[in-house]
Order: sequence, then C-alpha cells, then structure tokens
Amino acid sequence: MIKDKLMTIKDDSSFVGKTFGVIRKLGSLLGLIGLCAVLTFSSEYFLTLDNIMNIARQSSINCLVALGMLLTILTAGIDLSVGSILALSIVTMGVVVVQLGLSPVVGILICLGVGALFGLINGLLLTKLSLPHPFISTMGTMSIARGLALLVTAALPISNFPPVIRFWGESFIGPIPFSFILVLGVYVLFHIILNYTPMGRHIYAVGGNPEAARLSGINIQNVLLFVYTVSGFMAGLAGLLLVGRVNAAYPLAGLDYSSDAIAAVIIGGASFMGGEGTVWGTLIGAMIMAVLRNGLNILSVSAEMQTVAIGVVIILAVYVDVLRHKAAKKA
Amino acid sequence: MIIIKGSVIVNEYFLSLKGICKSFPGVKALDHMDLDIKPGETHALVGENGAGKSTLIKILTGVYQYDEGEMYCQGEKVRFEKPKDAYVLGIACIYQELSLASNMTVTENIFLGRELRRSNGLLDYPKMNKIAQQVIDDLGIEVNVKDLVQAYSMGYRQMIEIARALVADAKLIIMDEPTSSLSEKEVTCLLGKIHKLKEKGIAVVYISHHLEEVMEIADRITVLRDGCKIRDMDKKDTNQDDMIQLMVGREIGEKFPKTPAPLGNVVLRVEGINREGVLDNISFELRSGEVLGFSGLVGAGRTELARAIFGADKIDSGKIFINEKEVKIDSPQDAIEHGIAFLTEDRKGQGLVLMHNIRFNASLSALSRFCKIGVINTKEMCCEVDGLIEQLQLRPGNPLMTTRLLSGGNQQKVVIAKWLCSQSKIFIFDEPTRGIDVGAKVEVYKLINHLAATGVAVIVISSELPEVMGISDRILVMYEGRITAEFNHSEVTPTQIMKAATGGYEQ
Repeated sequence: MIKDKLMTIKDDSSFVGKTFGVIRKLGSLLGLIGLCAVLTFSSEYFLTLDNIMNIARQSSINCLVALGMLLTILTAGIDLSVGSILALSIVTMGVVVVQLGLSPVVGILICLGVGALFGLINGLLLTKLSLPHPFISTMGTMSIARGLALLVTAALPISNFPPVIRFWGESFIGPIPFSFILVLGVYVLFHIILNYTPMGRHIYAVGGNPEAARLSGINIQNVLLFVYTVSGFMAGLAGLLLVGRVNAAYPLAGLDYSSDAIAAVIIGGASFMGGEGTVWGTLIGAMIMAVLRNGLNILSVSAEMQTVAIGVVIILAVYVDVLRHKAAKKA
Repeated sequence: MIIIKGSVIVNEYFLSLKGICKSFPGVKALDHMDLDIKPGETHALVGENGAGKSTLIKILTGVYQYDEGEMYCQGEKVRFEKPKDAYVLGIACIYQELSLASNMTVTENIFLGRELRRSNGLLDYPKMNKIAQQVIDDLGIEVNVKDLVQAYSMGYRQMIEIARALVADAKLIIMDEPTSSLSEKEVTCLLGKIHKLKEKGIAVVYISHHLEEVMEIADRITVLRDGCKIRDMDKKDTNQDDMIQLMVGREIGEKFPKTPAPLGNVVLRVEGINREGVLDNISFELRSGEVLGFSGLVGAGRTELARAIFGADKIDSGKIFINEKEVKIDSPQDAIEHGIAFLTEDRKGQGLVLMHNIRFNASLSALSRFCKIGVINTKEMCCEVDGLIEQLQLRPGNPLMTTRLLSGGNQQKVVIAKWLCSQSKIFIFDEPTRGIDVGAKVEVYKLINHLAATGVAVIVISSELPEVMGISDRILVMYEGRITAEFNHSEVTPTQIMKAATGGYEQ
C-alpha cells in the first residue's frame, strides 16, 4: 500500500521506461534470433530453405493450440484438455469419413465441431458448476475426451483419409507449407479479435481484474465460455493439420500438446496471473520451441536429452521474465 | 527492538507516547500524538474515520514505525521494529478481522507460534489443552478448547482471541472495533470480560464508534482528530455530546467549492430496498443536477446500498425507478444500461485493471459504442478518450500510461473518464477522495460540481463529515442499514449528523 503510494508519477516515456519497454516486447524475439544464430554457426544445414520450411510445418500444430491456450491464460485460466480434445476430434472425423464414408467436408465440420463442443463444455463446467479452477474442469475433460477417443476407435489408428482432408496438413503453396499460411492468417485474425473487438478487450480485463471487469458491466461468464470454446476449436483445427501430415487419426495423438502450448505461451511473455500476453509473443514462443527441437535434432542430440533441454528453456524463459518484472518495479 | 538504556523515566504508566509523528506521502497521519496508559485501565480512543486511530494502533503494535517522537514502556524508552517486539513486551492486539485459523482447534489457535513441546520435541497437547481450558474457564465462557474454531460464533472467537492474549501474558490488549460484528448479547458479554481483565491489572485500549459502549466501559478517554490528540479526560468529566463536539469540531472552510446546480426531474427513485441483515427498508429520491450525500459510520450499509442499486449484490425486495419507470437491475450490466455509474472506494482492487493503460481502462465500459461491424473504431475511441483525459486534466496526460503508476487522484479521474465515456447519467461515488492527496481532493470536488452542473445526478458516500457537508445539496444519514435522518445542506451541523450516525435519534 505505502509502496504503491510512493510510486506516484513515473512516465513510461522516460529513457529507462522505454528501454525496458523495448526489451519486454522484444525479449522472446531476441531469444529466438540468438537461438537461430547459434544454430546457424553449429550446422550448415540449419539455415536452408528446406529446413526453415520444415520448421514452419512442424511448428504449425503447436502454434494453433497455443493460440487457444493464450486466450485461457489471458483470463488467468488454463486448458489441460487440448491434446485429448484434438485426439477425439480427429478420430471422430476418421470414423465418420473413413469408416462411415460420409463426405470429407462433413468430416472437417465434425472435427472442428467436436473441438468447439468440448471447449464449450469446459467453459460450462467452469461457469455453471462454479468449479474452483479450470485446472480441475479441464483435467476432467482431458481424461473424458481421451477415454472416448480410445472407445470410438477400439484403440486402433484410422488411416486413408481423402485428399480434401489431407490437404490442410500436407500441401505446399510454392515452397511454403499451407499449414503455416493458415497459422499466419489465424494469428492476424486473433490479433484483431484481441485488440479491436470488445470481446478481446474484455478478455484482458477479466484476466487483469475480474472484479473491476464485472463492475464495468462485463459479463464474465460469456467471456469464459468464449475463451474455452475457442481453445477447443483450435485443438480441432490443429487436429486437421496433424491428420494431413501423418495421414492417420490415432487415439493417443497429442499426449503432450497441452504442455507444449503452455510453454509456448509462457515463453512468449504472457503472464500466468492473467491479463498480459500477445499473439505475436505466443507465435515467437511456439517458434522457439520448434527451432530448439529442430536444432537439437540436427545436432543429433538424443530425444531424451531434448526433453530435458526444453524443460530447462521453459524455466529459463520464465526466470528471465521474473527478473524483468523485478527490474521494472525498481525502475 | 531497541531498548534505549539510560533513558529511564519514572512514572506510573505502562505505556507512554510523547510527540509521535507519522507521515505517509501527502498525509500526516499522526501529528505530535501523546498517549499515556496506566496499568489496568481501560482507555478508549475515539475520533472520526481518518482521525489517526488505526495508524496509532499500528505504531503501538510495531506494524508501523514512527518518524518522530518517543515511546516508553514501563519507564524504559523503546522502539519497535516489528510486531514481535510489541508482543514480547506484552502488547497484544485484537483486530477487526479476527486472525484465527478457523480450521484448527481452539488450543492450537491459542498457542499458535508459541507451541509447548515435550522434551522429545513433539507437541505437548495435554499440557496446552489444560492451560488453554484453564484460561477459557477463568474468562467464564463455555468453550471446549478441543473444538475447531469454526464451530464458534464471532462473539466466542473474540473471547478466544482474548484468551490467546492472556496466555501470551499480555499486559495491554488493544481492541479495534471489537463489537462491530457482535450481537447485542455478545457485546454485553464482551464488556463484562473487559471488567474482568481490569481486575487482573491488564490494561485495555478500546477503539469504538459506539460512544455509549465507550461511556460504559472506559476509565479514560482520548479524543483524536486529524492525527492530533485533542483532549484526554476521565470518563466522569465528560458525556457523549461533548465527545462528538470534540471529534468533529472544525471549520468547514473553502476546501469545498460548492456551486449548486439547478435541480431537474427525479431520475432515480428507490423504494423499500431490503437485504437481510444489511439494508432495512431504504427509500429515497435523487434529482438530476443534485449531489446527494450519504453519511454514516463504516459498516452502516452505505456501500452495500450502492452495490445493491448497481446490481452488484442481490436484494431481497424493493423497487428501483429510473426516470419514473420501474426497472429491473440484476447485474452491473443492467445498471450501466440504465445510465448508472459506480465509482468504488477501492479503485485499485475494483475500479481499474492496473496493469493496463489509461485508454484501455477509460474505454472498458463503452467499447460497443465504438464498434462498426463488430470491430472497434480505434480512431474514434482514442479521440474521445484522449479528449476526456484533456478535459479532466489527467496528469500525466499520456493515454498509454499504465494506470498502476498514476497517483490516487489521477486514478480516480481515469475511473470518472470511464463512466463519462459510457455516458452515465447517475454517478455513485463511494469515498471519492479516499487515499487522495489534499490538493487533489479539491479537484475531485470540482469535478463532482461540474458533473452536477451538466445535469448528472450524483450520490456521494463519504465518511468524512466536512466532505459530505461541503459538497452535498442534501444529506442522508445511515445507521445499521437504515436511513435515520435527512438534512438540507444549509441547515445541518456536524453534531446533528454524528448523532444520527451513532443511532442518537431514530425518526
């Protein structure tokens, strides 16, 4: 309280404020550039068009899932169920298209619909049943969706999807993977939603100070329903890309997608306490994850060591953020 | 803790404060405050909200450190660096919000932080239970020390707090508004226990708004105003009216530039609002251009009334009319649609999203107004918000400034901008100048005048008597959830308001 009072008027346009502002905004981007520079020097293959497009393709699934995750984290929530929702979405599509022989367009709609529906259920559990934290509700649906995915397929993968479905994940436009163009389009769309629509602004307000948001006339329940539905929908969309890439839908798909997405969002500078974070930060966070995996592969680091390395990077990224916050408070 | 050797004074007091000063940025909370407490006496502190009582308690208990002055405990000069220092010298405090862990037993609470151990290092429950039960029985209350605290009502919990202080061998127990959440029966019981403490030679510092309690229990009374000691006196030399006079006795100067606006139609009418245990049959009218003050003590139900009108809390019964048309307000959204704005007392906690900038906060309630096919017209929005920043003379006027870094007065202006932006017609201010520097207060008053002049209807809830008298056209006084008096701006004295606010006369 007293400290707050002491911090009366300090202009953000001061030199220190500006420098911190720039570092804050560019922090993760600088990390990405640094990482790329190191890898360029370590391997001649890294900075080739082929490899870059490869990274773009590999990152696109996490990019989409992380975007949905960003919205939930902006409201000071989380969505642990995205990986399971993705699996249920694609196996349902597989059953409908491959086994029942319905039109692939219907299949795509069902895939997206199942994702959105489960997201909506997450939102309803949180708002209508007043479960204390989305950690709990989405942990529940994580298990439910995974179980259903296994039931639907009798635990077997479904393959041989028609080209209309495979197109999303496997095709290229020129040298650029279509999936990455899709990612960029969706990111621009989300940038507009978050910054230029009332819903977007309300998401930030609900995460930053729910009581102030409520007393400003914001319907918090609607915001949360929207956020979790979108998160589920994005899982379904990411599922489409996965099916295209591997030409199969398997019930154990996406096991660690939720932790990858959370990592991307957090590395991208979003606050776990809600209210702070941008789509571009998340994009960079997802790219850092992808570049790191790719680079470690090129350098033939074992898969086991890669997992360790990613953990270290997550902790480092958040620690840098903590230091930045401390420095900003002192300034 | 520092006990300053060699500077011993011999007197009869357990605790003695001489010339204590304490400042916060923009506010001198205590100004050369003196206080003497004899062993075993019950010493009441009375004063308006903001007179410095809370600061004084926090200094006595080592929560705050004083800037100037001297403090003596049993004749030795002392300086508390942390709350434990006060505790060690036998000064215990029972705060308004009780600090018991309700999921633990009475014994565990009583010995919290000072648990008794056996020689093997494990807790000695039988011994602790025995001592705790002894102290409880000694106080004459029916509590089983092995029960969980949550099984007992607020009144009992207060007693448990007292027991805890006794086990800690307290020589002085400070009670801050101890009766604010007690039933009448519990109050009587508590006052009885204080007599018991007196017999044991334990001093009590008793802070209360309820002057009749003070008259019943206190030996000595110290009146505070504006951080100064106004007078200390024996109970037998004073009465309630004298105390009120001393508490409020100040001139209402030109701090309040009141410019009455022409009154228009009734824009808000409230009929018989009830909320169990909080609001009791509240009815009033508000005209456009009018500034209606709500006076009363903390806990009289004024904030609760505002929240009820704003749809933030549910009500049991009652009607609200806007422009003479009955409306249903179930949520803040409904209220905002009907042009009601609520400026909360806790701006940081409930008014602003502190991590975001001025523009974000100022536009938050009005975003849909600036939308074209679902997308915000940023240019139009920024133009309007920046115009408001200019008009309200927000400093610094950079619309991208994070609101966390603004001073209290400027934060209040951001909240005002928010509601101007959503074109509200009825403004409800809850403690509009709480935590705002003296200079900036006048600016807020001018803004309130300006709002009224533009035909806005204004409700001001304020615990500062001069403020509510200085800026209101009309004043309603609340006491225990009821409106107990209505006064006109021109024909009221502080004493009358204080009397109504302490339940002095019920109409």
